[in-house]
Amino acid sequence: MLRTSKFKAFVAGVTLSASAAFGAMAAPEITFVRITPEQYQRSVHDIFGAGIKLDANAVETGFRDQGLLAVGARKLAMTSAGLEQFESLGQQVALQVVDPRRAATLVHCTPKAADAPDAACSEQFIKRTGLLLYRRPLTGEETNALVARANDAATKLKNFNAGVAASLVQMMVAPEFLFRIERSEPDPKKPGAMRLDPYSVASRLSFFIWDSTPDSELLAAAESGKLNSEKGLSQQIDRMVSSPRAEFGLRAYFSDMLGFDGFATLSKDTNLFPKFTKNAYDDAREQTLRTLVDQLLERNKDYRELFTTRETFLTPALAALYGVPLPRSQEMGGATPWVAYTFPANDNHVGLLTHASFLALHSHPGKSSPTLRGKALRENILCQRVPPPPGNVDFTLINDVSNPALKTVRQRLTAHSTSPACAGCHKITDPIGLSFEKFDSIGEFRTNENGIPIDVTGDLSGKKFDGIAQLAQIIKDDPAVTSCLINRVFSYGTARAPNADERKWLAEIQTDLRAKGVLWRDVVRRVASNPDFYTVPAPAAAEPQKAELQQ
Amino acid sequence: MSAIERLSRRNVLRGVLGGAAITVGIPILECHLTSNGTALAATGQALPPAFGTWFWGLGLAQGHWEPKTTGNKYELREHLKVFEPIKDKINIFSGMQVFLDGKINQNHYSGAQGQATGMVSKTGSEYSTSIDTIIGEQIGKGTRFRSLEVGNDGDRKSSWSARGQNGMNPAEISPVAMYSRIFGSSFVDPNAADFTPDPNVMVRHSVLSAVSDYRKQLMGEVSAIDKQRLDEYFTSVRDLEQKLAVELQKPAALPGCKVPESFQEEDVGALVDQARSSHRLFARLLTNAVSCGQTRVFNISMGQGLGSLRKAGEILTYHSLTHEEPVDPKLGYQVKCARIAEELMASFRELVEGLAAIKEGDKTLLDRTIVYAFTDHGEARTHSMQKYPIFTAGSGGGRMKTGYHINAEGDAATRVGLTIMRAMGVATGSWGTESNRATQTFNELLV
Repeated sequence: MLRTSKFKAFVAGVTLSASAAFGAMAAPEITFVRITPEQYQRSVHDIFGAGIKLDANAVETGFRDQGLLAVGARKLAMTSAGLEQFESLGQQVALQVVDPRRAATLVHCTPKAADAPDAACSEQFIKRTGLLLYRRPLTGEETNALVARANDAATKLKNFNAGVAASLVQMMVAPEFLFRIERSEPDPKKPGAMRLDPYSVASRLSFFIWDSTPDSELLAAAESGKLNSEKGLSQQIDRMVSSPRAEFGLRAYFSDMLGFDGFATLSKDTNLFPKFTKNAYDDAREQTLRTLVDQLLERNKDYRELFTTRETFLTPALAALYGVPLPRSQEMGGATPWVAYTFPANDNHVGLLTHASFLALHSHPGKSSPTLRGKALRENILCQRVPPPPGNVDFTLINDVSNPALKTVRQRLTAHSTSPACAGCHKITDPIGLSFEKFDSIGEFRTNENGIPIDVTGDLSGKKFDGIAQLAQIIKDDPAVTSCLINRVFSYGTARAPNADERKWLAEIQTDLRAKGVLWRDVVRRVASNPDFYTVPAPAAAEPQKAELQQ
Repeated sequence: MSAIERLSRRNVLRGVLGGAAITVGIPILECHLTSNGTALAATGQALPPAFGTWFWGLGLAQGHWEPKTTGNKYELREHLKVFEPIKDKINIFSGMQVFLDGKINQNHYSGAQGQATGMVSKTGSEYSTSIDTIIGEQIGKGTRFRSLEVGNDGDRKSSWSARGQNGMNPAEISPVAMYSRIFGSSFVDPNAADFTPDPNVMVRHSVLSAVSDYRKQLMGEVSAIDKQRLDEYFTSVRDLEQKLAVELQKPAALPGCKVPESFQEEDVGALVDQARSSHRLFARLLTNAVSCGQTRVFNISMGQGLGSLRKAGEILTYHSLTHEEPVDPKLGYQVKCARIAEELMASFRELVEGLAAIKEGDKTLLDRTIVYAFTDHGEARTHSMQKYPIFTAGSGGGRMKTGYHINAEGDAATRVGLTIMRAMGVATGSWGTESNRATQTFNELLV
């Protein structure tokens, strides 16, 4: 399956010629990162066309590491249940690829007979498709084995297409497809260090910027060696961030960073909140992603402005939730239920954090949660870690609405926070979380809680505010917003946390972009242009992200 | 080792696939049950044991479920009254704990992790091989599915089952999808008269064999840290190869096997009623899957403690309720929480009754099964890691006595898991790490 003989010969050659000069050199090795269900689906669509029907969403769950599922993916193996589903998906895809309606364009050749093997024709298909699925050319050995599989299956099933399908399934369940295999090679610019080989560079770039498999042009740049040069790399990055496919990468990154996988298990009480159905969850998530695409890609705006922008997109369902009128034409339904909308200057909805996707995701099914919202803001937006609550804590005060002295969440949380065991963490989460209290569990606006006007004053890093608009401005100006984005983008792209040296140049980018403007394409371009983005540090060298709590 | 395990299907099938034969005859598996239906006629061996885990979140109200006496003549207390009809088929364990050994209590994680894997990690992103995998290695080889995992609260991450350190087995949340996975078109009825292997399955099997053959080559080139992950991937390839191999053979007749009727999709979700409804469907599918020889290991989760499970119309999740509902001063416990916990216990009873309802000769499926029920906190209100409620059901083929209440105050909860492992024939003297390492079984239960 691997280019073993060639690879080993190469390694042996390097070791012989370079060991004296490089001293103790790390051996070229393979590491791998599991692709996500979304990446699987997008790869299939990019390779075989968007018409291929498959639902990969049900496959395998991931886990979060360093705040990102993308980093967790470096630690994920493949369960039996997961592989079973991927094999079944592979069968579904293969059947559609060899379907007579598609085979003409996807198989690229006509077999001599429909009911018998045709090695030459299968080989064409296997080489062409294998390059895209494995994200590198197949070795001769691999090609021969897959052609043999196709011949064998075509003979057994008396069907050429079934043979092609069998070879396709074999590629689609192989680790080369289900994982991003990263191969290293000695870095000529840093004696003793390792870097990714050109095809692995292409994969890393492609999954980073497009959330999908490399296209032919990128693979060609890997093959020609252009990706090894600064200029060639830079050309490809420019091309990729300008491509319409960059939208997929942006959506994938922010879905991960904002914890949108939480929507899969979000559950609101439809008796209390009849407007907030499962469809509304989808709209809420899409509202934020659409706003991000529009602001950061379409209009090339500064990332920090997302926290104060009143521009967004709404559907009729969301308009009802936010209590704003939409043009009637939209309600009648057009090609899309989405319409661009700008909240008036005096409206309470200001920026990303007043979207239902933030307010509802970080609340209880039937009531708001300042603590969860404060925690999400700290962890997802500012990259600060909030420790878990200690054991042996009695929380009953928080919910005791019968106590006449404790009518609002603020009063109840304050009572709770007088416990020294709780105070430390609640000081971190609550003062900012309480500023969202005018939005209930689903993000609807309110002014009173149990008859008492809601107090939304607080302070963040010593800066006092009254209400969400002022908090939004403070967040926008907080350097942590930019450093969090840049560090997370690096972690997302490399599936690991930056080490101390890498943090230095990441901090330089942060300073520079804070002055010039934190533009998404620049963030991606700057992070992906640094050679460290393609180094392969020993696992022990990767430092865990430090908690940056000040309190 | 049973006749089924002894046979290397892959080798048999390789022989078949090498030639042009389509019909596969494997006489060794065409064995039948003895006249009383509890043993394979060919070998005289008893039907193989089965193992299941049953997880529920948020424990029980401390001081209100523990029987006041130990042994086999105890009385059930208020929160466990629902177990009355199954009392002689289960064991209740009280007083045990999960040790943190100075690590931070990852609330709703560390306690369940300790009981599922025997170890407690420093962070919530570490995990290790779970008890069902260890027992499955002993009893589960040769079946179509190495194990089946289900989650009743609509969350695929509800399961505590894992084969290694690199990811948990995902829980199936849709009973309809699980039906199709087990009893869909690939299912071979062990009691059907005719059997013709599907040539498409043969081709799929040969594809997996080809992938499997690259294991050695790839393992030689991968970084040390990734070897284990790659090994897990290839184990999954072998599991799938095995599944397809089983589908290509005429299975042994199993009179206890009843193929369940298909049913309509229901809305799955985090409401307690939905979870209990999903549980009913899943429990039926899993018991039928075991009785039909499709698996010998299953894992059921009623939902994570820190999950979304809740009652309709209630503004707080069950989890939030455990922390925020005031303790009723007269009753001495949180009333809403107690009612939900009792409902979950009723689901456990339904599972046990379902296993006992499947007759296999003069015994039942429950008789050859052990179900291990555990939870995340002794008392969820305070994230307590002590006085855990733990249950077992079934005797694993007469290897474990039932009907007992055992109080092992202060002992590591892993003692229960170790005892079950021993009953299931796992040859190990201990289970767990650090203070959670158990070396003593409950010998009074082992036969």
